[in-house]
Amino acid sequence: MGINIELLIQVVYFGAAILFILGLKAMSSPVTARRGIVWAGIGMFAATAISFTYPGMHNYVLMTSAIFVGGVLAWWTGKRVAMTDMPQMIALYNGMGGGSAAAIAAVELIRLSAGGELTHSGPVSQVLAVLGALIGTIAFSGSLIAFAKLQGWMRKVYRFKGQQLFNMVVFAALLYFGWLLTGDSFGQNELLAFFGLALLVGVLMTIPIGGADMPVVISLYNALTGLAVGFEGFVLQNPAMMIAGIVVGSAGTLLTQLMATAMNRSLGNVLFSSFGTGDDGGGGGVEVSGSMKAIEAADAAITMAYAETVIIVPGYGMAVAQAQHKVWELTKVLQDKGVRVSFAIHPVAGRMPGHMNVLLAEAGVPYDLIYDLEDINSQFPNADVALVIGANDVVNPAARKDTSSPIYGMPILDADAASNVFVIKRGQGTGFSGIENLLFFEDNTRMCYGDAQDVAQKLIAGVKTL
Amino acid sequence: MEGFVALYIFMLAAFTGYEIISKVPTILHTPLMSGSNFVHGIVLVGAMVALGHAESDLEKIIGFIAVLLGAGNAVGGYVVTERMLEMFKSTKDKDK
Repeated sequence: MGINIELLIQVVYFGAAILFILGLKAMSSPVTARRGIVWAGIGMFAATAISFTYPGMHNYVLMTSAIFVGGVLAWWTGKRVAMTDMPQMIALYNGMGGGSAAAIAAVELIRLSAGGELTHSGPVSQVLAVLGALIGTIAFSGSLIAFAKLQGWMRKVYRFKGQQLFNMVVFAALLYFGWLLTGDSFGQNELLAFFGLALLVGVLMTIPIGGADMPVVISLYNALTGLAVGFEGFVLQNPAMMIAGIVVGSAGTLLTQLMATAMNRSLGNVLFSSFGTGDDGGGGGVEVSGSMKAIEAADAAITMAYAETVIIVPGYGMAVAQAQHKVWELTKVLQDKGVRVSFAIHPVAGRMPGHMNVLLAEAGVPYDLIYDLEDINSQFPNADVALVIGANDVVNPAARKDTSSPIYGMPILDADAASNVFVIKRGQGTGFSGIENLLFFEDNTRMCYGDAQDVAQKLIAGVKTL
Repeated sequence: MEGFVALYIFMLAAFTGYEIISKVPTILHTPLMSGSNFVHGIVLVGAMVALGHAESDLEKIIGFIAVLLGAGNAVGGYVVTERMLEMFKSTKDKDK
């Protein structure tokens, strides 16, 4: 009987690994994406259920209650959270995964320090346990900071003199204790120091990073959690964890790379430069000429109603104002007037690549009206109106013109090429990068100040009266 | 030898992950990140095994935390991804 159960567990894990890969594969196309998550979900459910039959286990009451509490809390928060807050929820759940992997390693290492053995003993296993603990703990505390920042609980970007050096010293100390842990004589003090330092490194790595870079960082921590899970999978000799973890680790690394490239920044740049703090004198190279010219929503509405083509450029301001439904309503009334409306999405608009797509999809905008940067940029010169809703850095021509600008070289949406540019914006401040936006000073640009939702409502009313 | 088998698993899994992502349109980056976030929720299974074999009180406490966090990762990741993907529809899927 015992043998059969073990075989059954392995078969289910094997099936789960296949379902994870097929599920992720399906999620990479909009047509099949919805069935992808269901497949992966079935794999996860089966693997979890069969794990209750794992031989030689006890503590079932603790186990069930932990699953119940953790699951219900996550289910409840996940269902409740607004679409605009998705990025920080991903950061939060990701941090939990990293923490879980680190805690598994902690249990293993505590047993080892008390004279016991790892589940899978041997030097390779011990090194991987420590590595997984290190990576998982950093992903845990780093993700929580990212969550706090995106949630608005921590607005400040923390920098101080000698920060890099300080971080390096802390990291070196962490590596030292990690190395001690791969030996055969360490106690609880060393363990405590190791995990404490790893938590600190995650915090230190994340606090100096500004809001604009958060998507890249969350994606990086996602990849790191995957790696940690994969390594702990080896320690526990659990192939499902090994495969799922490493697949996510490599997929996440590539995704991180793609995001960084879309912003024309290297990963090292994101983690170590002082981008987005405002103290690097952004935009200083080119004189800001002209002034911002305001326009009433009613006047903008008239121009749009008589336009042939309108391209809408949404940004984080739309997400903050929850304006996506109003924007779709505006699109429909414009379409009724015979205006061709399309949406231009910059790869890093919002807080994550695809963030805007998700919001527009929520409002009901069909995805065939939505275009990527490469597909839409040639259309701007033919567009009568470019309507920029709460986007800033992704339409800043400084990226093309100003070699001294921190965002120089980043591909942008050429909204300035449209005949008329209307910018819906809450105030005159700069974007997340803290850089002055040259677009706002262009002759063909008019600023429409106000909350994106209110302005969209006024635009709808304006178009309808015609 | 056993270590090398693991190395092969790691290598093949890494290539698989790379292949999956390399052809994905931008529109699906966030859902896919969320989906991969869900997939590493498999850590729950390891956490259950770790807690199941915990002996001392300290091990039990940390094991309990591991399971709690792992369950949060798996369930939260699923709910969020599912909600996001539910909204992806093309023009022809919509009722007129």
